[in-house]
Amino acid sequence: MPTVKLGLIVFLAVVTVVFSLLVAAYTHRMTLADWRPLPEPWLLWPNTAILILSSVGLQWARVAANRGRIDGVRVGLLAGGGFAFAFLAGQLLAWQQLAALGYFAATNPANAFFYLITALHGLHLLGGLVAWGRTTAKMWRGSEVAELRLSVELCAVYWHFLLLVWLVLFGLLLFT
Amino acid sequence: MAFFVPTEAEHVAPAEVADVELYHPKSWWTRYIFCQDAKVIAIQYAITAGAIGLVALVLSWLMRLQLGFPDSFSFIDPGDYLQFITMHGMIMVIYLLTALFLGGFGNYLIPLMVGARDMVFPYVNMLSYWVYLLAVLVLVASFFVPGGPTGAGWTLYPPQAILSGTPGAEWGIILMLVSLALFIVGFTMGGLNYVVTVLQARTRGMTLLRMPLTVWGIFVATILALLAFPALFVGAVMMLLDRILETSFFMPAIVEMGEQLNYAGGNPLLFQHLFWFFGHPEVYIVALPGFGIVSDLISTHARRNIFGYRMMVWAIVAIGALSFLVWAHHMYVSGMNPWFGFFFATTTLVIAVPTAIKVYNWVLTLWRGDIHLTLPMLFAIAFIVTFVNGGITGLFLGNPVVDVPLSDTMFVVAHFHMVMGVAPILVIFGAIYHWYPLVTGRMLNETLGKFHFWVTFLGAYLIYFPMHYLGFLGVPRRYFEMGETDFIPQSAQTLNEFITVVALIVGFAQLVFLFNLVWSAYKGRVSGRNPWRATTLEWQTPDFPPRHGNWGPTQPVVYRWAYDYSVPGADQDFLPQNLAPDQVTADNRHKDLPDGAVQPAE
Repeated sequence: MPTVKLGLIVFLAVVTVVFSLLVAAYTHRMTLADWRPLPEPWLLWPNTAILILSSVGLQWARVAANRGRIDGVRVGLLAGGGFAFAFLAGQLLAWQQLAALGYFAATNPANAFFYLITALHGLHLLGGLVAWGRTTAKMWRGSEVAELRLSVELCAVYWHFLLLVWLVLFGLLLFT
Repeated sequence: MAFFVPTEAEHVAPAEVADVELYHPKSWWTRYIFCQDAKVIAIQYAITAGAIGLVALVLSWLMRLQLGFPDSFSFIDPGDYLQFITMHGMIMVIYLLTALFLGGFGNYLIPLMVGARDMVFPYVNMLSYWVYLLAVLVLVASFFVPGGPTGAGWTLYPPQAILSGTPGAEWGIILMLVSLALFIVGFTMGGLNYVVTVLQARTRGMTLLRMPLTVWGIFVATILALLAFPALFVGAVMMLLDRILETSFFMPAIVEMGEQLNYAGGNPLLFQHLFWFFGHPEVYIVALPGFGIVSDLISTHARRNIFGYRMMVWAIVAIGALSFLVWAHHMYVSGMNPWFGFFFATTTLVIAVPTAIKVYNWVLTLWRGDIHLTLPMLFAIAFIVTFVNGGITGLFLGNPVVDVPLSDTMFVVAHFHMVMGVAPILVIFGAIYHWYPLVTGRMLNETLGKFHFWVTFLGAYLIYFPMHYLGFLGVPRRYFEMGETDFIPQSAQTLNEFITVVALIVGFAQLVFLFNLVWSAYKGRVSGRNPWRATTLEWQTPDFPPRHGNWGPTQPVVYRWAYDYSVPGADQDFLPQNLAPDQVTADNRHKDLPDGAVQPAE
């Protein structure tokens, strides 16, 4: 296994612990008396769809890289990154909607958890976008597909992981 | 012939490790400051950790002055005292011990001991140090902000940590939490390196079960840290939000100075669970590297292979796994279902089994060994004794019925200082005396070292043994002064004075050690290559001290485990891990062994 890939897997293990603990804290806190479930903004649905598209884009790039097709890598990377930015913008918009309705972080623990969870998830995606930016820049400077293959694959793995995390968190927010 | 000579095919894994692309420093800045060489990063970590550790040492003197001679120091008020306690604890546990063991020894020893040229992600490794330095600076900054550093106790329990009655509630607590979060981010960067380097960058022939126990200890401790620090991270971020945005993750409805605060409904116990889910593994994060290092020191300085190597490895792994199942034994007095108390008491006692195995194996390694009472050996033996002492009071406190009355007394202070203060520090000293020649090419001064050892070792016992007794009397911890207390006799005060005097003397001995570190770097006796005649790879580098890239043109090939001391049939009493089987005996030993690595046949 490439060293960087193992590095990423170990890192994903650490991130998994972070989010698991957050979920554990959430499920404990919601049993206390003052918990008022939060009406999830409808925007989260399109946002989730956009994040899925983002993951699909990077998977596209990964497959194209494996087949040695630079045009496919380009399309996939740009689509994946573009959708990721769109997702982050959408999340900020969702925050704005909530705040406009008076759901501030301090008004209820459910709100506080919502902001915390979405913020941490967004920050992780932002970190992923740094790696994505470096890969895209490398592609722009005219790197061969073979040189890009590993970077693209790692981005895709990270994206799928964050998508999975989001689906779990979104489910948790929806059903509680 | 009694000696078993393995064939190369049997003992060397066929897979060749890909040579990493080495980073080459281009200027003074990238060679010494923004350097990506793990050895330089290790020194940077060690110096920073040592410097902040000195601050914590001075804080402990101030606390002892207050405890020994109350009413004598007008510049220490109760608030200051709480701040000293908090910063002393946090600095020693996290910014000194964790950083020094993993960032310091881990960076220096892992690549050398597994035969790698460097860590696998040198750039991330460099970032790790700089983020750590930033965390330390943020922490130090809290001494200079209005209100000073937080005085919440190193456990930072809410709600008191963020209420205005606690010193440093304005800025101190914020800076502390930010600093912790930064530390964890920085550590994660380093930790990824340590784990992946051990898994992926071992040289040819270095199987996992041939690694020195030092590497095993640091490796498992790093895994623990990677899995445990997230709990502190989550806790710190949530408390930061409670403090800044007035969310109520941990804060219950509370009245402060007659005023209802904006908090409601939060659960302080949730923080305690998060904190100790990190906090207990943290004990083993600083203990496991110590276990590993001590195994190697004992084996080398007793010229004897470590007893039960595999058992030692599995004990390290078992202790690591169990350490995640005992955290709530820190919370017996917080109130819990008795069945939980039973569960956590049981797991706590179970941890004694693998730990006792390690202690027996150390003692059995010494048994009939050729014990050289060198400084590293003295410190290693002192560690075993101290760790057993501190560990046994731990078993004692692990039982809820014992813990409840002794909770928050000086007994607990004595226990945890013995087991995770004094014991790891003794290992660190032993390790520094052992590996100093590898770093500088010179030996530390023996006379100063002996002085340092005896004062520190005996002094630690004079400080902490009486403290157990104070705890039995009921003297509480964290108290600025005892005041008028019926059940505590006047003699307790005399004992406190005694402890303070000894603490100051032991502190002075550490300054002698610091002087030795600096003085010997310039004036110390030149050590020559491999002064301890050790088998492990870090002493077998072509250049001594090892240079950037560690191994010159070719990486070493490993033929044996790390503990071939006094092997029957071999004519030197140690066989370096990279000594080929055909070079072991006198008949066919070649002259091309590293200079000075050969011990004259006896």
